[in-house]
Amino acid sequence: MWDFIRERQDQLLYNAFQHFSLVMQAVLVASVLAVLLAVVIVRYSWLQGLANALSAIGLTIPALALVGVMLALTGIQPISAFVAVAFYALLPVLRNAVVGLQGVDPTLVESARGMGMSPLAVLWRVRLPLAWPVIHAGVRTSTQMAMGIAAIAAYILGPGLGGYIFTGLAQIGGANAVNYALVATLGIVLVALVADVLLLLLGRLTISKGIRA
Amino acid sequence: MTTQHTTGHTSGISGAEIRLEEVVKRYPGQKTAAVESLSLTIPAGEIVMFVGPSGCGKTTSLKMINRLIEPTSGTILIDGEDVRKSSADELRRKIGYVIQGGSLFPHMTVAKNIAIVPKMLGWDASRVKGRVDDLLDLVGLDPSRYRDRYPRELSGGQQQRVGVARGLAADPPVILMDEPFGAVDPITRQRLQDELLSIQRELRKTIVCVTHDIDEAIKLGDRIVILREGGHIAQYDTPEVVLASPADDFVSDFVGSGSTLKQLSLARVNEVDLRETVTARIGEPTADAVQRAEAAGERSVIVLDDRDRPRGWPWLRQLKGDRIVEPTEDLVTVDERSTLNDALDTMLTSSHGAAVVTGDRDRYIGIVTFDTVTDHMRLLEDRAVEDRAHEQAAGERA
Repeated sequence: MWDFIRERQDQLLYNAFQHFSLVMQAVLVASVLAVLLAVVIVRYSWLQGLANALSAIGLTIPALALVGVMLALTGIQPISAFVAVAFYALLPVLRNAVVGLQGVDPTLVESARGMGMSPLAVLWRVRLPLAWPVIHAGVRTSTQMAMGIAAIAAYILGPGLGGYIFTGLAQIGGANAVNYALVATLGIVLVALVADVLLLLLGRLTISKGIRA
Repeated sequence: MTTQHTTGHTSGISGAEIRLEEVVKRYPGQKTAAVESLSLTIPAGEIVMFVGPSGCGKTTSLKMINRLIEPTSGTILIDGEDVRKSSADELRRKIGYVIQGGSLFPHMTVAKNIAIVPKMLGWDASRVKGRVDDLLDLVGLDPSRYRDRYPRELSGGQQQRVGVARGLAADPPVILMDEPFGAVDPITRQRLQDELLSIQRELRKTIVCVTHDIDEAIKLGDRIVILREGGHIAQYDTPEVVLASPADDFVSDFVGSGSTLKQLSLARVNEVDLRETVTARIGEPTADAVQRAEAAGERSVIVLDDRDRPRGWPWLRQLKGDRIVEPTEDLVTVDERSTLNDALDTMLTSSHGAAVVTGDRDRYIGIVTFDTVTDHMRLLEDRAVEDRAHEQAAGERA
């Protein structure tokens, strides 16, 4: 296996980076969308049941099935992979953002309003910072999940390490089949670990010391 | 209207008058109004306490002043100006708002919490910083020690102090308080009340404060508004009048029996004769202090710091070393504007059978003892007997 890696070193590194980049971009877009959605959902309480049900159903859709649906919608191209990954990444962040925003003490919000903060300022300076630890945890979960989804999205030509797994599976019994699958899987685990460490650092930098656990 | 400025120069009042005119709050779908036509004038520079049973509309009335709740009808004027003239946000930046527990933002440091309103008003950084330090000093927290702490690193009482500092931050003429000292233990509450009185003596703001605790209302209020359901004023008068002649049964029930003990809530410490005792200063030779105390026949001394603030009250035998060191005990003092009731509480927890009295900025004034209080109670009782005799005499004549 060592030789296998050595021979494809550059290519593997490139694909690992692609994998990382796909996931991070998808998670970033998904997180921003999820937080925006959560703000709306928390504002209108009747949306909460609906949102919970939808995200529960969303997580039950098999990744491969969604990838299939994307295929029908946007065809075989990297953007389809991106949308599929982002869709899954959105759900855990959405759920945590709703919980986090709901968990903000209403007296703090009233206190902020009472001091003359506009609703937008209350959101930006009080509610989001206070909900951020919970949202951040959601982002971490979602990144880990997205690592696996991105592998499957390689089926429709998504970039990253998933391609190796499919190559391996396609030539099972062949010379390097096991190497392809194994190296790609380990690679994804490594990329996932790196991403998690980076997110931990981000948390350290962005979660106020006053509310850190 | 510039009454605020003119009066500010002449008598030190920085507060503004608040007028409520036939203010009504009706919630949709509710038969009875939460507040049914409330008219009230709150004089500039006074503390007015809203008290009443829960559901009497006291908090609703308070929140209508800064428009956290919009009145259904009626007018509210601050310093002669309709509160609806400017936007709600602008209005609120000019009104201090202090609620239970201080309600500090846990993700911001003490300094940032206090700086919120000044920053929104566009103060420059150095002015904000200076203001934060001044305010921390005013509420008795050392700025260099507390400025950069987070709320969770403070005790409940300290958080509440920061809450008060935050309410005062932009020097608003009007401050609204909603059960400000409800979440702290009785001793801390008493101390915070004393501090508020001491701060108010300096600043003379208009303070409107909601409480359900009649004793707190008697102690803090220049005037008390007793509300009954629907925001009806049962009585609006000074604590002395409310206690001495309740307007009706509702008020007398709410105030409780006018016993002599309750009357102790009316008498302030500065109305009775304080005793002098021996003081020592941190850093002075211990022998000098001991000599002075023995000459005066005292067995203890009150230790003051360089700003005349009492820090401890050790017995002579506890004084060790060449020089007086800063005492480690947590001395509970009473403000000169505290009620005798509070002083009595403090004495009961002190091994000296007396309480140390402080004035502005916590400066030492003297001590008050059990004897002083019992003398005063006797005086009150004699006076009550006399009053009854007068009444009887008047009744017989009639």
